Amino acid sequence: MISFYFGRLVEIFPFFLQGLWMTTKIAFISLAVCTLIGFVLGMIRSSNNIWLKRLIGVYISFARGTPFVVQIFIVFFIFPEWGIQLEPFSAALLAMAIMGSAFICEIVASGIDSIPKGQHEAATSSGLTKFQQLRLVIIPQAMKVIVPPLVGQYVLLIKDTSVVSVIGVMDLTRVGWVTVMRIPEGLMVFALVGVLYFSISYPLILLSNYLEKKMAV
Amino acid sequence: MLEYFNFRVIYEYLPLFLTGLKYTFIISLVSLGLALIVGIIASACRISGLKLLAYPVIAYIEVIRSTPLLVQIYFLYFGLPTLGIMVPEIQTGIIALMLNSGAYIAEIIRAGINSVDQGQIEAGLSSGLNYIQRMRFIILPQALGVTVPPLLGQAIVLVKDTALLSLISVMDLTRSGQTMTSERFMPAEAFLTVTFFYMCIYFCLKALADWSQRKLIFREVY
Repeated sequence: MISFYFGRLVEIFPFFLQGLWMTTKIAFISLAVCTLIGFVLGMIRSSNNIWLKRLIGVYISFARGTPFVVQIFIVFFIFPEWGIQLEPFSAALLAMAIMGSAFICEIVASGIDSIPKGQHEAATSSGLTKFQQLRLVIIPQAMKVIVPPLVGQYVLLIKDTSVVSVIGVMDLTRVGWVTVMRIPEGLMVFALVGVLYFSISYPLILLSNYLEKKMAV
Repeated sequence: MLEYFNFRVIYEYLPLFLTGLKYTFIISLVSLGLALIVGIIASACRISGLKLLAYPVIAYIEVIRSTPLLVQIYFLYFGLPTLGIMVPEIQTGIIALMLNSGAYIAEIIRAGINSVDQGQIEAGLSSGLNYIQRMRFIILPQALGVTVPPLLGQAIVLVKDTALLSLISVMDLTRSGQTMTSERFMPAEAFLTVTFFYMCIYFCLKALADWSQRKLIFREVY
């Protein structure tokens, strides 16, 4: 019985690879977008503009305080009511971008804050503009503090892409879910799905551990 | 945006939301308690230095950390029946959350224990304390202080993770929003109310975490 199901699973393996490709695509695009927005917001959050800081604070509280499933439902079900029509794929990307950039913003802001005040003052007295200060003096130093937790956050975000399966995006988790309806071997199907996720996340976890060790020395 | 917001429907569905809130609370508390036990045992195995105990625990932690929680939930939800084990959804969900959070808590506790200075342990050794005594009087009191703020952070993550159980039809807060959406087709009212409740829980836990963090810094200074 088990070997029969195993044979069928091997047969539909290409379907799993398609799911893996979709998961990778969503992860890659959303991580790029999240990093970009996260850095911009992080720079603003560590600046002196109190109102912008508070506004970003509210946004971060929302992103960190509510489950990602709820955020996806808000994007997918409520945005159309407000006149923004989204298909599942773009809704997934948008939800990922909203959630992920909030977390990355926090990492970037705390990285920038960890740079001593003297560096800012030195940069100011050298006549650099605010943007030049960040780009040439602060960010290059802050990167050492930012990168290890950033890679760790990437792992969490890649895992969170599994939740986009609930709005019908054909990612790895959704493929597992569809398969289990036809082949009633839950352990085998989701073990396979797990192995495929493992193959993406584990190298990143090792990288993050390595970076953390390197930073500690 | 909110001019069409129908507060009467929210009021009508309030009992449903409160039931959901109750389940979210119960599931969070029970699985947090169980996860603490799993985490303590796992971290004890890992720092014991016995390879036979440490390696399986390391494998468990790495597998949990590199696969999504949703896949773990589905693994148990669809997998347990094929093994002939029939458990209600809510228990399946609690087991999944316990195993998932347990792995993260094990890492938090291990980091806390590792943060105790080696000199302290040597001082304990030279005072003639045995392993249990060293743990009880020197390592654990110091480690616990460092562990509390990240544990509260993990509690926040756990409360949010319970939302995934709505996907295996556990009647939690998220599920109550889904139910109202499908019955009345008012997603805005449903999910913004759900968001409001989650935010309330979040701010309470966040305040607690910040307070414990401040207290910790305060104690280190004096």
